[in-house]
Formats: sequence, C-alpha cells, structure tokens
Amino acid sequence: MTYETIMAGFGGQGLLFSGKVLAHAALIEGKELSWLPSYGPEMRGGTCNCSVIVSDTPVGSPIIAHPNILMVMNEPSLDKFEAAVAPGGAVFVDSSLVPRKVSRTDVDAYYVPATKMAGDMEATSLANMILLGAIVEKLKCVRFGTVLEALKHTISARKASLLDLNVKAVTAGRDFILGA
Amino acid sequence: MAIVFDKPKALTDAHLHYCPGCTHGIVHRLVAEAIDALGIEGRTIGIAPVGCSVMAYDYFACDMIEAAHGRAPAVATGVKRSMPENVVFTYQGDGDLASIGLCETVSCACRGENVTIIFINNAIYGMTGGQMAPTSLVGQVTQTSPYGRDAKTQGMPIRICELLASLDAPAYIERVAVNSVANVRKAGKAILKAFRTQVEGKGFSLVEVVSTCPTNWGLTPQKACQWVDEKMIPFYPLGCFRDRE
Amino acid sequence: MKGNEAIAEAAIRAGCRHYFGYPITPQTEIAAYMAKRMPKIGGTFLQAESEIAAINMVYGCASTGRRAMTSSSSPGLSLKAEGISYLAGADLPALIVNVQRGGPGLGGIQPSQSDYFFMTRGPGHGDFRIIVLAPASVQEMADMTRLAFELGEKYRMPAMLLADGTMGQMMEPVELPEAEIDPADVVKGKPWAVTGTQMKRVHNIVNSLYLKPDELERTNIERFERYAKVEKDECLWEEYMMDDAEICVVSCGITARVSKNAIVEARKRGVKVGMIRPKTLYPFPKAPLMAAAEKVKAFLAVELNMGQMKEDVELAVRCSRPVATCNRVGGMIPSADEVTEAIVALAQK
Repeated sequence: MTYETIMAGFGGQGLLFSGKVLAHAALIEGKELSWLPSYGPEMRGGTCNCSVIVSDTPVGSPIIAHPNILMVMNEPSLDKFEAAVAPGGAVFVDSSLVPRKVSRTDVDAYYVPATKMAGDMEATSLANMILLGAIVEKLKCVRFGTVLEALKHTISARKASLLDLNVKAVTAGRDFILGA
Repeated sequence: MAIVFDKPKALTDAHLHYCPGCTHGIVHRLVAEAIDALGIEGRTIGIAPVGCSVMAYDYFACDMIEAAHGRAPAVATGVKRSMPENVVFTYQGDGDLASIGLCETVSCACRGENVTIIFINNAIYGMTGGQMAPTSLVGQVTQTSPYGRDAKTQGMPIRICELLASLDAPAYIERVAVNSVANVRKAGKAILKAFRTQVEGKGFSLVEVVSTCPTNWGLTPQKACQWVDEKMIPFYPLGCFRDRE
Repeated sequence: MKGNEAIAEAAIRAGCRHYFGYPITPQTEIAAYMAKRMPKIGGTFLQAESEIAAINMVYGCASTGRRAMTSSSSPGLSLKAEGISYLAGADLPALIVNVQRGGPGLGGIQPSQSDYFFMTRGPGHGDFRIIVLAPASVQEMADMTRLAFELGEKYRMPAMLLADGTMGQMMEPVELPEAEIDPADVVKGKPWAVTGTQMKRVHNIVNSLYLKPDELERTNIERFERYAKVEKDECLWEEYMMDDAEICVVSCGITARVSKNAIVEARKRGVKVGMIRPKTLYPFPKAPLMAAAEKVKAFLAVELNMGQMKEDVELAVRCSRPVATCNRVGGMIPSADEVTEAIVALAQK
C-alpha cells in the first residue's frame, strides 16, 4: 500500500513539521518514504504545503499528482487540491478555518475543528498535530504509537517542553476521530 | 674575498621581465629580504596577480599560486584557512587590487584575515599598455584618459590605505615609496614589519608601495622618480595608517 | 535527511574540512549545515563576500591539496564560472554543487535543469570539461558527493554535483558511509600541492598562464587525453525496464523519478517503455544509448529545460532514431500523467 499525503495551508501552521513527523514515523517502521516541501519566500502567512509518501515499495516520484490523503488548513488549499485527490481518497479538513464542505462525493471527508480544539488546549499552534492524530488513527498509514515515538526524535532538545503538548494534541485528534 | 652584496635567497635565478627603470624589481627584492630575514621561505605561499607582476610566481622561490584578476585576497584566504601555520602573501597592482578586486580586498581586510598584501600603486595599468587606473591622478594622461583624467566623468582616485584604515579589523597598514634610497629603506622596514605582523598572528597587513612606470608614464626613470615626489606623494601621503602593536 | 544536508554530511565524511559559500535559494541548507558542523570538527566554514570570492577561496584551498567545496544555485554559477575555468586550467580538483533553479537572469527559485548545457560544456571560458554528476535521490546526493571528490582527484579536474531544487529540498532515508576519511589523508599523494617547500624541494607553482602557444596547446591536449579516459571509464547510468522496451525515456534527477511512475502507468496501458537514466552528464553515457537505438523505435527526453539533454541523446544515437521531448520549464515539473501521455502519444506515432 502506498499513502500519498499532501498537507496544505498557510505558512506558520506547522504543515512541514507534521509532515516530518509522519515521515519519521514511517522511517521508524522501516517503510519507504519521501518528504517534499513547497519552498520559497512563503515561510509565514503565504500558502505552504508538503508531500509525504509512505510505502511498502520504493518511492518513485516524490511529487504527488493524486493524493489519497489530503489535509487542508485553509480554504484556498481545499480549492487547489480537492480535484486532484484520487477517487476513494480521504480529505481531512480543519473545519474551524475552512467554512465550506468538500464538494466531491467519491472521496471520504472528515471535518475536525482542530484549531478550536487546539485553542481549548491552549496550544493554538498544534492544530496540525490534532489533524495528524486523526489521519493516523483513521487510515493506519503508520501506527499511532510510532507517531509518539517519532515526536521524540523530531522535537529538538531545545523545545523538549513542547513534547507533552504535542503528544496531547495527536491524542486529542485520535480521540476525536474515534468518537466521530 | 668576502661577499658584501648578494641576491636574497627567496628569489629564484629567473631573469625579471620588467621594463628598464621599473620599480617592481626593487619591491620583489624587499619582499624576498623580508622572507629571508624571518627565515620563513619554506612555509611561505605567495600569490601572484594579473598585471605586470603576473609572472612573480617564477621569481619567488617559495611555493606560488597564480590567481585570477583581482581574486588574490580570496585565494589567500583559502590557503590561509587551509594552513594557518603557513605565511601567505599576495602581490598585487592597482588595477588588480583597487579596481576589479576591490571587493575581495575590502572583505579580506574586514575579516582581519592573517595574510600580508603588497600593493603596488603606480597609477596606471602597465601590462595592457597604459590605461587609466583607479589610482590615476586627476589630469593624468593615459590611453583611456587621453585628455587627462576628468574628475567629473572619471571620478577621483582611490586612496586604499585610508579606505582600509576606516575598518576595525586590519592590524597594520602603511604607505611607502621606492623612488629614493631613503624611501626604499623605509619601504623595506615596512614590508618586513608586515610579514612579522602575520608571523606573530596579529592579523591583516597591507603595505602600499607608491611605484613608478616610466614606460607608460612616458618619462625617464629619473624623471619618474621625481614625478612620484611632485605628484603622487602629495595625493598619496606616506606613513603608517594602522599599527596594532 | 534533506538532500542538501546529505551532501554536506557526506562531504564531511569524505574528509572535506573547508567550505566556502554564499547564500542562495534553494541550496542554503548546505551552508547552514556546514556553519554548524565545521567549527566543531576543526574545519572551516566561511561565508564569502560573493560567489566569485567563494570559488577563488576554493581555488586557494584546493591548491594546498585539501578537499575544498562550494555550493550555489544557477545565478551563482554564472559568477563562479571564472573560478571554475581557473581550477580547470590549473588542473585542480574541487567539488562544486549546483542546486539548479529556473532562469535566465534572476529567474525563479523553483526546480530546474536549465544549466545542463552550461555545466556539461565546461562552465567558463576556454576549452575544458568538468565531471558532472546528476543525483536522483537523497541517497545519491550523499554517494555522489564522495564520488565527485574521488573522481576529481583521480583526474585532477573540478567535479560538480548537478541537482535540482527538488533533490535539495526533499527528505528520504539515507545511509551514510560509516567509515570517515581522515582529512590528513586526503593531502597525501599530491606532489603538486603548494604546502610550503620546507626548503626541501624546488617551489611548486599552481598556474594556468602559458604565454607560449605551443606550451598552452600541449597542456590542452594533455588535458583532453585525460578527458578521453574519463569518457571511456567513468560513465554511469541506470537502466529501468529496458529489456523489451520500444520507447526509451532519457531523463535525470527529479524528472527521472517522475518518469518511473509514468513508465509503470504506460506499461499498464500496453506500451513497452523503459528508461536510461544518465547518472553522469559529463561523461555522457553514449554507449548504452547507442545500444538501445538498435532496439527501440524512439527516445523521449524528459527534462526541465527547452530540450538540452535531447541534443546529447541525438548526438549519442547519431540521430538514428527520433528523439522527442516532454518538458516543463520555469520551475514547473511535468506530472506523471503528462509524461505518461507523452509516452503513449509517441508509441502511437
């Protein structure tokens, strides 16, 4: 199975980081993977996305034409990528930030009020991790436990205090999708 | 019979190609004497420029590198960072150092790179046949300023020592001339001091040597030496601009 | 690990302790990585005042026999061309990394392969070549860094890693060599290096000036004799699904990765298609292409320029088969669908 994930939104929402955590989890599980960011002068505020491929077989192109997982954290990103999603794919929407619904009927749509949930946890910058928790729990592209392990590797020692909060966020995402 | 005068050991036996009356030969000798005096030939690396002294790599007995036009201070930086225990010097003319290589010169000085630069200022491009240099004087007639350098359209000459002395990092900057016996002696002392500054690890050193180019100035060697006194030195005052003891 | 970081770490493990560079997107991670690591291992990281100064610092460092490197992106290479010519003229090995972006002029910052001609024809004035390696994965970014140092020293010529922005920015698993090369060892066996005479030998001169035409001609001919050996012995390429192929894709770097997906798709649609991926762009692997020309109907060059490698393919097969192109430029990358369509269209011709 090959999971081709695009995570898209505004710069500053931590999309590259949540992609890195997913890629790192795949690495820990010995899977094939690639992580490719959009790059450029769009570090803060502009549109931003990253592509993560997790597969049992070697990754061909790291560029994703038809994602089977799409995670969007703003409306322009949903507008941009919705049509490209592979039939049968899954779309995870931060419903606190994206006012509209997914219009396609041949994909599974999940609405997670991630930014609101993050605000309630006093961790507004961790909406990305809430969505990641939901994705991993729903689609099992990697094991949930591996994500927790990957967090330990990807959060720098300088920010170690944030580890607990990140764990809390992915767990909240998992719990939300289990309850949904 | 006692030998009372000899060629410095740090010069090879190659014949110099310079024009009659050119002062490059004198400065080569002063550099070689400094290398001999400090006993550093075996660990010295020299960098030749593009210009009249391009073939200096044949004349100095130490290891030598020929650099691209103006890039000698960058090449020197690469060498010095590779071998900090070695002594590294560049030998550059005014076109090389003050025009095409000005950025490399200023940046090298700004970093306080522990190298020595010998800067020959003869106010003209010699090798290409006498064109205006960044150091040519106002009114000076050259192939590319046939009506005399016009400050309005061709700007004012650049004073390198004063420019570099505005930086914090350099350790030693001095301007000397080689148009008289007394001046040659002072120049020798300055060049020796510049190399000693490097050997002692004090940082960037540069000696500007106001020199002559009788061929392209259209003067006899004697008249050229007079011209240095009358025209060059009034604009390029001799003296020490930085001495960080 | 990011591709750019893989290059930096691989260079350090290959015994490189001297990096000179200037910031430019999309390769700046190399400089940032070196700035962090070099001071801790007794090496030099120096942010030069310009690309010109950086390559000339490399020239100075390489003159001393050290493994020296610089990295940049397309516009920076225009400035480095001067220094690369001098490195070639003085027969000095050095590593230059070019993580290409779109041009000409300031162009853009997205991936490109538009420096193909510029790099493979000898980037600078005069008659010379440099070894040009084209990685297509983060693993190859690392492996080819070491290889570039080794080939450069073997043939005493500059070597380049010619990547595109995607390769520099992407992360993939990478295995770095455990065995590190001792920087003290890389200086050995280089009698030409300027390290000080120690008063034990005649002075060494690193130089590219020969005012006598017959001497200069001799150095050029000798250099091209070395290049002939490079062309004979050092070509590297990968063949993918070529056994029964009737269409042969030729592509390197990111477009080769996209093409792999397209080839799988096109085969599902009944097209017998394979790929020859040059891993060395100079020397260009002409022999396998010539051999393929005996079997295939047509070639398809997939690249991020207006058809530069295409010309090398035509030369390699002596125009014995048509060479079509599938290309995007300006930072655009053809999708696997676009390449698939191009393959199918070519097969139906």
